Amino acid sequence: MYKQILVPVDLTHVDRLGKALQTAADLSRHYDAPVCYVGVTPETPSPVAHNPKEFAQKLEAFGNRQASEHGITATTRSYSSTDPAIDINKTLKKAVEESGADLVVMASHIPNVTDYIWPSHGGWVAEHSSASVFVVR
Amino acid sequence: MSNQNENENQPETEAETEALPEPEGASDLIETDYEIGQDNITPQIGPLGLDIHNPVFAISAAVIIAFVVAVLAVGGEASASFFGDLRGYLTSTFDWFFIIAGNIFVIVCLGILVSPLGKVRIGGVDATPDYSYAGWFAMLFAAGMGIGLMFFGVLEPVYYFGTPWGDQPLGRDIGIIDGELADPATVEAARLTAMAATIYHWGLHPWAIYAIVALSLALFAYNKGLPLTVRSIFYPIFGERIWGWPGHLIDILAVFATLFGLATSLGLGAKQAASGIGFVFGMDWVGGSITAAVVLISIITLLALISVLRGLDGGVKILSEINMVLAGLLLVFILAVGPTMTLVSQFFGNLGAYFSDIFALSNPVGREDDGYRQGWTAFYWAWWISWSPFVGMFIARVSRGRSVREFITCVLLIPTVVSAIWMTVFGGTGIDQIIEMATESGVYSYVVASYVPELSLFGMLADLPLASITSVLAIILVIVFFVTSSDSGSLVIDTITAGGKINAPVSQRVFWVLFEGVVASVLLIGGGLAALQAASVSTGLPFAIVLLLACYALVRGLMAEPRE
Repeated sequence: MYKQILVPVDLTHVDRLGKALQTAADLSRHYDAPVCYVGVTPETPSPVAHNPKEFAQKLEAFGNRQASEHGITATTRSYSSTDPAIDINKTLKKAVEESGADLVVMASHIPNVTDYIWPSHGGWVAEHSSASVFVVR
Repeated sequence: MSNQNENENQPETEAETEALPEPEGASDLIETDYEIGQDNITPQIGPLGLDIHNPVFAISAAVIIAFVVAVLAVGGEASASFFGDLRGYLTSTFDWFFIIAGNIFVIVCLGILVSPLGKVRIGGVDATPDYSYAGWFAMLFAAGMGIGLMFFGVLEPVYYFGTPWGDQPLGRDIGIIDGELADPATVEAARLTAMAATIYHWGLHPWAIYAIVALSLALFAYNKGLPLTVRSIFYPIFGERIWGWPGHLIDILAVFATLFGLATSLGLGAKQAASGIGFVFGMDWVGGSITAAVVLISIITLLALISVLRGLDGGVKILSEINMVLAGLLLVFILAVGPTMTLVSQFFGNLGAYFSDIFALSNPVGREDDGYRQGWTAFYWAWWISWSPFVGMFIARVSRGRSVREFITCVLLIPTVVSAIWMTVFGGTGIDQIIEMATESGVYSYVVASYVPELSLFGMLADLPLASITSVLAIILVIVFFVTSSDSGSLVIDTITAGGKINAPVSQRVFWVLFEGVVASVLLIGGGLAALQAASVSTGLPFAIVLLLACYALVRGLMAEPRE
């Protein structure tokens, strides 16, 4: 049913992603769909990486670990942005289009009052792309 | 502090860390144990999660609030006279220091431009720019000067041409005395001196100050992998200690200068815009009204908030481009309806006068023109320097992918020419109106007869055709420039107080935008804008010393980089 799964990951908070990663891996095996892990990094040095290239390498290493851990096929896509805190939605949309994903599995925060001002990324992607979106709490 | 000592004891730890990949093509990465964000704390305040540098965020916010409270407690007038005296003391005592420092910045920039260091590329030898020339230039120009050009474009040249207060540049003769024009030769000489002296304050020197800060920040962030925050520049000098208190102090000072610079210019600018609106629409009550100014601050803050939430590309960049188009329209219009041929023919004469007078104007010693040298030049230098962390951080962030030579050309040389064109058209038209109409001209009455600086631009426009349209355009331009500064300033403060992270939670930049509007409004209502503006300009002196160190760090940093 699904051909390509996209999993946005925040490498600074990998510890909070466990459930989403497990869900994605299970779905991947069930539908025999490869997973593409996608990350967005600032072009300036960040806690994760000194530059986008290092970020891409770390993301690839992360993808390989996931693949061997869960026995799935995984690829990675890294995007850099001049203002990632704002551009993340648009970048995710682009990633969905470029990877041809038809299912996005992503972790979400607990909804609260600020969602009225800053809607969740998952909600935005569901609204603006053709892929199904599975938001994991 | 314990981290710091450990780092000092074991400077060589490269063996443990894996080799870092280079950004795009070769660059000289700095290996440091410091991890960006290691000193950050992530408190949860209500529904908002924050990611802020400890202690830079807390101390900056506390110092700013304490200052505002203290100024309000002492009273606006008393504190204004204290900080006004402090600023006056600094600019008149250390005028020679500011002038020498300014000259050093220009020489360092030009030296880098012509030396092989110009071949270094920001972001690694294969990096490609994030922004087109037009978008990039619009952003750096709007951040660097924008609003100042609106305020001083007519005021400053006209002031030097006819000042009755004895502070004309280089002590030369002025063009109009007691309402009587001098003989044509003196008028022409006074005009050239006025233009040269103005372009001097808006040309190579201020842009060299910005270029040094911006280039250093860009180099240490994009090429060397250090966080995008002011302290990183000083890594070659202080080493790992930069992550401790010396660095905290530099960053706090930068936040302080930026926020107060922005808030006070927002407050004073809103008053000026209110005067402009009162003048243009014939509503005198708006001009002096604090309520009108606070409403303007609220509008500007609201627009800045929207812009901040749209991000760098959807906000500041678009606003800067709108600014460029509007400013271009205004300039072309004045050129067309003003004394067109005179201005065109004067342009090269003005540039020539700038280059021939620049040595006399930038000479730090043995001069008699205290009023000009101390009251204007040293004040400007302190002002540009106090703004440099803000403008420099912002320019640095958008300059990845440019070569150093391209960078200095576009941040130093082209803006100088653009400033000269602007001053030629705005100031040249103002002076021409005095020569044509003497005491009948609007600029004469607002600059020389009585000093109402905020109306100088509108006085000039009023004597040209279609004044009602151009004046409204000018007011819109002033407001949009303020929105742009408020937005880009908040991005910069947020980055510094988040320890160099540009992807901290968006709620933080919203906080800084609102905080700036609140500080401006409180100071406007309680009095004390002038006091805090003087205080922020006073940070120019410590920063001038810091920037001289930065020149050294920059050259060393560039020499370690591979060239194309």
